[in-house]
Amino acid sequence: MANPATLGATGAAMDASRGQMSSDHHRGPRPKKALSRRNIMLYGVLIVVSLYYLLPLYVMIVTSLKGMPEIRMGNVFGPPLEVTFEPWAKAWSQACTGINCDGLSRGFFNSVQILIPSVLMSIAVASVSGYALSMWKFRGSEVFFTILLMGAFIPYQVMIYPVVLLLRNMGLFGSLSGLVLVHTVFGMPILVLLFRNYFASLPVELFKAARVDGAGFWQIFFRIMAPMSLPIFVVAMILQVTGIWNDFLFGVIYTRPDQYPMTVQLNNIVNSVQGVKEYNVNMAATLLTGLVPLTVYFVSGKLFVRGIAAGAVKG
Amino acid sequence: MNDMSQTATGNPSVSIQDLDLSFGAVKVLQGLNLDIAEGEFLVLLGSSGCGKSTLLNCIAGLLDVSDGQIWIKGKNVTWAEPSDRGIGMVFQSYALYPQMTVKGNLSFGLKNARVPKDEIERRVARAAEVLQIEPLLDRKPGALSGGQRQRVAIGRALVRDVDVFLFDEPLSNLDAKLRADLRVELKRLHNQLQNTMIYVTHDQVEAMTLADRIAIMKGGEIMQLGSPDEIYNRPRNRYVADFIGSPSMNFMDGHLENGVFSTDELRMPMDGYEFTARQPGGPAILGIRPEHVVTGELVSGAPVQHEVTVDLVEPMGSDTLVWAKLGEQIFRIRMDGQSRVKPGETMVIGLDPSRASLFDAGTEDRL
Repeated sequence: MANPATLGATGAAMDASRGQMSSDHHRGPRPKKALSRRNIMLYGVLIVVSLYYLLPLYVMIVTSLKGMPEIRMGNVFGPPLEVTFEPWAKAWSQACTGINCDGLSRGFFNSVQILIPSVLMSIAVASVSGYALSMWKFRGSEVFFTILLMGAFIPYQVMIYPVVLLLRNMGLFGSLSGLVLVHTVFGMPILVLLFRNYFASLPVELFKAARVDGAGFWQIFFRIMAPMSLPIFVVAMILQVTGIWNDFLFGVIYTRPDQYPMTVQLNNIVNSVQGVKEYNVNMAATLLTGLVPLTVYFVSGKLFVRGIAAGAVKG
Repeated sequence: MNDMSQTATGNPSVSIQDLDLSFGAVKVLQGLNLDIAEGEFLVLLGSSGCGKSTLLNCIAGLLDVSDGQIWIKGKNVTWAEPSDRGIGMVFQSYALYPQMTVKGNLSFGLKNARVPKDEIERRVARAAEVLQIEPLLDRKPGALSGGQRQRVAIGRALVRDVDVFLFDEPLSNLDAKLRADLRVELKRLHNQLQNTMIYVTHDQVEAMTLADRIAIMKGGEIMQLGSPDEIYNRPRNRYVADFIGSPSMNFMDGHLENGVFSTDELRMPMDGYEFTARQPGGPAILGIRPEHVVTGELVSGAPVQHEVTVDLVEPMGSDTLVWAKLGEQIFRIRMDGQSRVKPGETMVIGLDPSRASLFDAGTEDRL
């Protein structure tokens, strides 16, 4: 005799036991498969992309450690049979650019002389400007900031010739201090933006409390705001160091040959047309030039990421 | 009587005269006048955007006023720097300098004012003792709990030896229990120091418990200024009546004629009610606080009785909130926590006209 009530009950019981089979023992974190399709895709792409970027670097390092006879044999990817540092030494102190044959070292010291004052000045001016624009708003400060920002979008090429005239009239054309000034000014838009946004993300009540405590413009900056802003100073420093060190255009236009920065000199070494192409020396010279930004990235990478994230939170 | 409470007796400690403040076209404060007596604890109370924090910032000198004057201790400070006004300020987010120790935080303002070293030591030690933060002096703010941070923030105002303390929602970032503890401590501190204190909050419990006088603000204007008792019992208009008290007041639209308030459901002779002017008439709103409704045996003693139907019951332990229906109107009643009522039941409530409030239906001002 078919009893619908019993049937229903059995059905429910079966459902319950099936449920037990599949999920009742689940407990704790859900297990993850190590070799899921997603992971294979992800890591596969990552490996391919990193190889794509690392391979040229590898070729450069290997080539710079080979002698010219070995390079002529043509095995680009092969490791050096006989490791020699002679190309590095030559690139540093003997490679010829035009009439000078004292290597990249001259360019290196030129670059250092350009870099240090440019970085210090641009960061000093930009941090104070950003602080003033975010904390001490004055009539027209927003307009001023907008105009400054627009500077970031004007192509450099447009400004090259006017700047030449400007520097000539100031008597700074062709001198290192002229180039320092150019780097400082051209770094302003992005740096001020960076600092302004960072300071704007700090609690405004801190600023108010300091004012009630009788601190003035500079005291609030040096005693309260600057000590809280190490990450953004590091970001600004990295941006400026790499940007100014890698600059070619301003260096070649606004200085004289004996003051050329390292990048310009590197170009002159690599592109010199007389004699044999010394690939190993060229590679070594290139690596030497890239060493400074590379070191900066490695040393301060962590702070850089933290600072970028901090500056990006609030506009 | 209202005029008496508007102007504080004696020389005011803080006096705000015809204060205007606008941001562009937005007028935040308009023609605001306020006198605060020496040693008074004044609370500025209002919902967000009412201008209470703006007013406090104007007093502190952190915002430039558009018009009017601010006097502190008989000195016109309208154009003075915040640090020269003789004020100390405590902020909602504590605003402690993160890279300085507690001691550094406390002494920063004194160093800026070039106070001699031994004097700084003395004042920091005294403030630390009053606030019981002596063991924390060498710690950084990051290593403190919320309550400790707020104490340091209060200490920073304390060491400056000022006449007026300004508090900008100082307890809003704390959890409920800590807030209650610090509230009591603040009250004790005020009793001990006897400074003038101006305190901004949106929390009516803080306002009622701390204040000597409360200024209820709305839209940049002071709706009512008076003692907590006055504001609770004799709200000057419907907004104040609605804002103060939780659960909020019951309102009924009706008609007032010859001293009798009547709706379709209810007829209530207003015997014992203190009218502000000679007895008016016309459309009116009757307000009755949920806690002023009597139930049970007490009903027989009440001047007006009425039957209601229970709609919803919210037991809260200490008392029970009953949502009843008086005709079509929702009516909140606060009963003892032990009373047992069920939805659907009918019960008789007693109302007392002398504890009620009457407002004009048009202007919403107290009648």
